[in-house]
Amino acid sequence: MPKVTMPRKSTTVDMTAMCDVAFLLLTFFMLATKFKPDEPVMVKTPASISEIPIPDNDIMLITVDPAGRIFFSIDNKNMRKELIEKIDEQKGLGLTDEEKNKFAIGASVGTPFTQLKSYLAAEPEQQKEYDKTTKGIPADTSVLNEQNELAQWVKEARYTNPKLRIVIKADGAAGYPEIKKIISTLQGWKIFKFNLLTSMKEPPAGTAAYDMKHGGAPQQ
Amino acid sequence: MAEMDTSSSGGHKKGPGVKKGKKLSTRIDLTPMVDLGFLLITFFMYTTTMSKPKTMQINMPYKDENIKEEEQTKIKNSVALTVLLSKDHRVYYYEGIGDDPQNPPKLEVTYFRAKDGIRDVLINKKKTIEDMKRAGQLTGKDQLTVLIKPDETSTYEDMVNMLDEMNINDVRVYALLDISPVDKEFISLTEQANAGGAAPATP
Repeated sequence: MPKVTMPRKSTTVDMTAMCDVAFLLLTFFMLATKFKPDEPVMVKTPASISEIPIPDNDIMLITVDPAGRIFFSIDNKNMRKELIEKIDEQKGLGLTDEEKNKFAIGASVGTPFTQLKSYLAAEPEQQKEYDKTTKGIPADTSVLNEQNELAQWVKEARYTNPKLRIVIKADGAAGYPEIKKIISTLQGWKIFKFNLLTSMKEPPAGTAAYDMKHGGAPQQ
Repeated sequence: MAEMDTSSSGGHKKGPGVKKGKKLSTRIDLTPMVDLGFLLITFFMYTTTMSKPKTMQINMPYKDENIKEEEQTKIKNSVALTVLLSKDHRVYYYEGIGDDPQNPPKLEVTYFRAKDGIRDVLINKKKTIEDMKRAGQLTGKDQLTVLIKPDETSTYEDMVNMLDEMNINDVRVYALLDISPVDKEFISLTEQANAGGAAPATP
């Protein structure tokens, strides 16, 4: 009787299909997503049922962390350069070109004007340390107060780009007085329309908003 | 699949003296490529954001010092509900605008919660106003007006929750105002009453 020999089969699996899938997913992620912006502090925003997406560009972002420290940023790099030049000129900070460039490519800043130069001169790693200990941008309820540095930032940013939309991103645990300072500052510059960044929440059943979303007429 | 036909490489060379080139497989091992692919996917998944954050738009009333007091719009006491946000996420509320210190409003306390919270208060108040409209006590233009007054001890979350309640319950007219000393007085009186061991003003 002849020996029955099983033909040896190769154990290599054809990876082509797998490769296709991987790159398909890669393409999808590259096209459908946006890079997370660099943030100096962790902020957990409260939830609301509002569904208005944040505008794409021309954003002025005012971040407030749980301790109530205020950070400020605008989105466009060219505008940032212009902004820091104006601030430098007005406040006589004596920033070098390199420091200005660092501001332009950086994220939110949360330092008083007096510390801005040393902050911008620092290395990125040191800046992160700095963000942990800084007191944030000083603000006040009156725009006329010279100490209200947030008001200066807002004013100069609005001159740089009048189309700026204002977005307040505050932590749920931040105290109301801090928020009130920001709102009063904006009101002081006659800005009455702004956005609050919130996370998503479904409207609760049995309420007017729920009925409207699900096609029914609002409750009378 | 990823394979090329290599068998027909010109038959004319065949012969006993011609050395046949060893047929190499053109199959490429794609495993490293797959590795790379998934590595990049993981990278993109961690560093990018999928959905854009949502925002809540808020329009503050136009503030102008030049407007005289007589020209300002007056709120009817019967349609107004004043909400005071205080510490520990407490929500105090009373009917009317509380502008009469001689006749202090009945201050009640509640929380942001699904049942028996501020939401039910708003819904009930809306119903009452509708009933009054039907009874002819109010005109068709009148609608629930909520005055939101957060105090120093309240948080941003309270404010957003309250504004959110406005959207949830379809309250069209509301305002975010500064808390007045009178309102603070009301809160402290209620707190004293509750702390003093007397019958709590609210359940």
